[in-house]
Amino acid sequence: MSARLNERLEALVRRIVSPPRLASVGLHLLAVGIALGFAVAVLAIILAAYGTSPGAVIDVVGQYALTSQGWTAMVNKATTYYLAGLAAAIGFRMFLFNIGIDGQYRLGVFAAAVVGAAVSLPMVLQIPLLIVVSCVVAGAYAAIAAYLKASRGVSEVISTIMLNAVATGIIAFLISPDRLGARDEGSNNTQTPLMAESGWMPSIPVPGLGDVYGFTLLAVLLGVGYWLVTERTRFGFEQTASGEAPRAALMGGTDPRRMIVATMVASGLIAGLVGLPELLGSPTHRYGIGFPAGLAWVGLSIAIIGRNHPIGVALGALLWAFLERCALPLDLIGVPKEVVAVVQATVVLAVVTSYQLVHGISDRNARRRAATYARRAVPVQEPA
Amino acid sequence: MSTPQLTKVAAPARPAPRRRRLSMWWVLIAVAVTLPVAAYLADAPDLTSAGLAGATLRFSVPILLAGLGGLWAERSGTLNLGLDGMMIIGSWTGAFVGLYYGPWAALLGGVVGGVLTGLLHAVVTLAWGVDQAIAGIVINMASIGVVRFLSSITFAEKDGGSISQSPALDTVPTVSLPGASWVLDPLGEAGVPFASAWARILTGLVTDVSVATIIGLLLVPVTWWALTHSRFGLHVRACGENPTAADSLGVSPYRVRYWSQAISGGLAGLGGAYLVVAASSVYREGQVAGRGFLGLATVLFGNWTPSGVLGGSLLFGFTDALSTRQAASVSALLLIGGAALALRALWLLRAGRRSEAWGNLAVGVAVLVWFVWGPPVPRELVIVAPYLTTLVVLVVARQALRPPAAVGVPYRRSDE
Repeated sequence: MSARLNERLEALVRRIVSPPRLASVGLHLLAVGIALGFAVAVLAIILAAYGTSPGAVIDVVGQYALTSQGWTAMVNKATTYYLAGLAAAIGFRMFLFNIGIDGQYRLGVFAAAVVGAAVSLPMVLQIPLLIVVSCVVAGAYAAIAAYLKASRGVSEVISTIMLNAVATGIIAFLISPDRLGARDEGSNNTQTPLMAESGWMPSIPVPGLGDVYGFTLLAVLLGVGYWLVTERTRFGFEQTASGEAPRAALMGGTDPRRMIVATMVASGLIAGLVGLPELLGSPTHRYGIGFPAGLAWVGLSIAIIGRNHPIGVALGALLWAFLERCALPLDLIGVPKEVVAVVQATVVLAVVTSYQLVHGISDRNARRRAATYARRAVPVQEPA
Repeated sequence: MSTPQLTKVAAPARPAPRRRRLSMWWVLIAVAVTLPVAAYLADAPDLTSAGLAGATLRFSVPILLAGLGGLWAERSGTLNLGLDGMMIIGSWTGAFVGLYYGPWAALLGGVVGGVLTGLLHAVVTLAWGVDQAIAGIVINMASIGVVRFLSSITFAEKDGGSISQSPALDTVPTVSLPGASWVLDPLGEAGVPFASAWARILTGLVTDVSVATIIGLLLVPVTWWALTHSRFGLHVRACGENPTAADSLGVSPYRVRYWSQAISGGLAGLGGAYLVVAASSVYREGQVAGRGFLGLATVLFGNWTPSGVLGGSLLFGFTDALSTRQAASVSALLLIGGAALALRALWLLRAGRRSEAWGNLAVGVAVLVWFVWGPPVPRELVIVAPYLTTLVVLVVARQALRPPAAVGVPYRRSDE
């Protein structure tokens, strides 16, 4: 039934966008449009169920979420999400599902917190040191899953889920006060000691926005670097080739196993950055119970809806941060803030589905074009 | 049509590996001997207590049900990463139905919630052609948000309930084997080597067993029979190995995969409901705690067979139960693990797999050395024991595993 529905929808869509050149751009926009429309529809249905008018929602969101303070918090949160999204995106380019981003960034940021408390260099050395420590630890942890995948064929989905749990155990073991952690007087929270002040990343005062994490700048640079590496270097090309067509890439001299390891480790290295904006930029400067966890899923979602493109991922990260910012004001007008999680899941599902739908159309168009060319070419190829 | 097409040619069938299978009975005997010996050597009497045996069973069944769910999906050629989400949905629907209609309805409610989620997965992957892994991830994410949202409009408004917890629920009744305690209790306390330990373990396995546990365990032979001896099972396996061939013989892979994913979701949902009305008496957020993923791991662990899934889930259930108990039992785990690896090394040597055997032996001896001379096992390690075990098993046993050929490959008819 749904297949027929799909066909009809596709037929309708095909009539709207016929010229092929326009189609490729239009289809992208169409996919996003369909997805957002669907998500908004779901949200509207939920709100209607609560008897809340959309106007009231827009009002309260504008009043509480879209203030300058709100924007700052959103950009800061989006920075963390963006890094997680890039870490997931680089894995997706090889169809690797790095669910281990979670364990990788937590181990990395834990190591950075410990080193940051034990070592005190001048700031120009301290901050790069912490970044290197976090990235190296996270990358090394990702290398385990990479090795298992490349040499033993163990699915990275399963191995990274296991490694996440193991990372939780390692941190719980090491953070105990008689090992690397500390416990303040009269507090039950086990956490790492306060970091040396030279490791506190200064924030950037942006006019009209407030103090933004220093890491936001770094994240933007990383996005540019990601684009350059994936689109303009040999590594990026080999990655695309062995992701899309491993056998063809192998014939061309690219060892898919080497690419698996390189991609997974690259993903881990980026994952090492995920926890740092929070650790270095927010006022606590410790790793403890309250440290954000579970960012791997956020990263994977954002990479999916951002189609692995740095700009798409950035928009996805901002959308996620915005939706979460809306959670609190929604609560104020009697809509449970959990609605946001439902909307987020709807967005991901709608984006993958609408892209699939649109992909079917562009595939068919391409095939039809190819067939036309082939028909034209036949007489020329005919032997005398 | 006349143009030659580049089609993927199936690799020539490998000759079936002629390997001595580790029979279930040998494993059982090994466990029966190892446990009392380990309890004695590590001075951990709890290892052979009725309590631990019963807890192992209770912890195993949810993982088992998720694993069987994963098995059905994978044997039909679908990767079901959404098992965890299906369990979460099942636990919520189970609790919601159970609140009004009692524990039996709760189990049924879990199945229904799981089936619906499984069908969602099927529609997304089969009708819309979304990547199976992405669909699974989305279902896991969505489920967490959906249950919290649903709880906020249902449980949160009830006495004793909150946004993350349901009011207390009735549990599925428990049964004991009549007359068992009359024989087993005196024997368990008699202090006879081996026999007393076995009696205590048996006591734990046959007294106060939830009927839901029995249902869960019965689903293992049912799944085995259905997969290997029924027409539908044949279709499922055919679609998992070669959907094109199945389709050409009139078995629609789409239809079969819709069914198998509904079954997969239903089993996972039952596992979720089990957590709510058999393993505990309340729905709590985060209760599933990644058991769906553990279930998926047992499918790999168990080489895509129902008995292997059962073995894997018992192992996970055992380490899970152990982590909640005395510290002394924990170091016994090292002893058992080390001994198991060493034994496996001997078995591999007999089977002529030299290089694997030496690897096993080296790790096994290292673990035993830690047990004898090393520091006591930190508690945190016990919590990660199931996960470490899975990793070790995946690494050690990989060559012997044979997944269904078409797992994770979306099927498309050539005319589409």
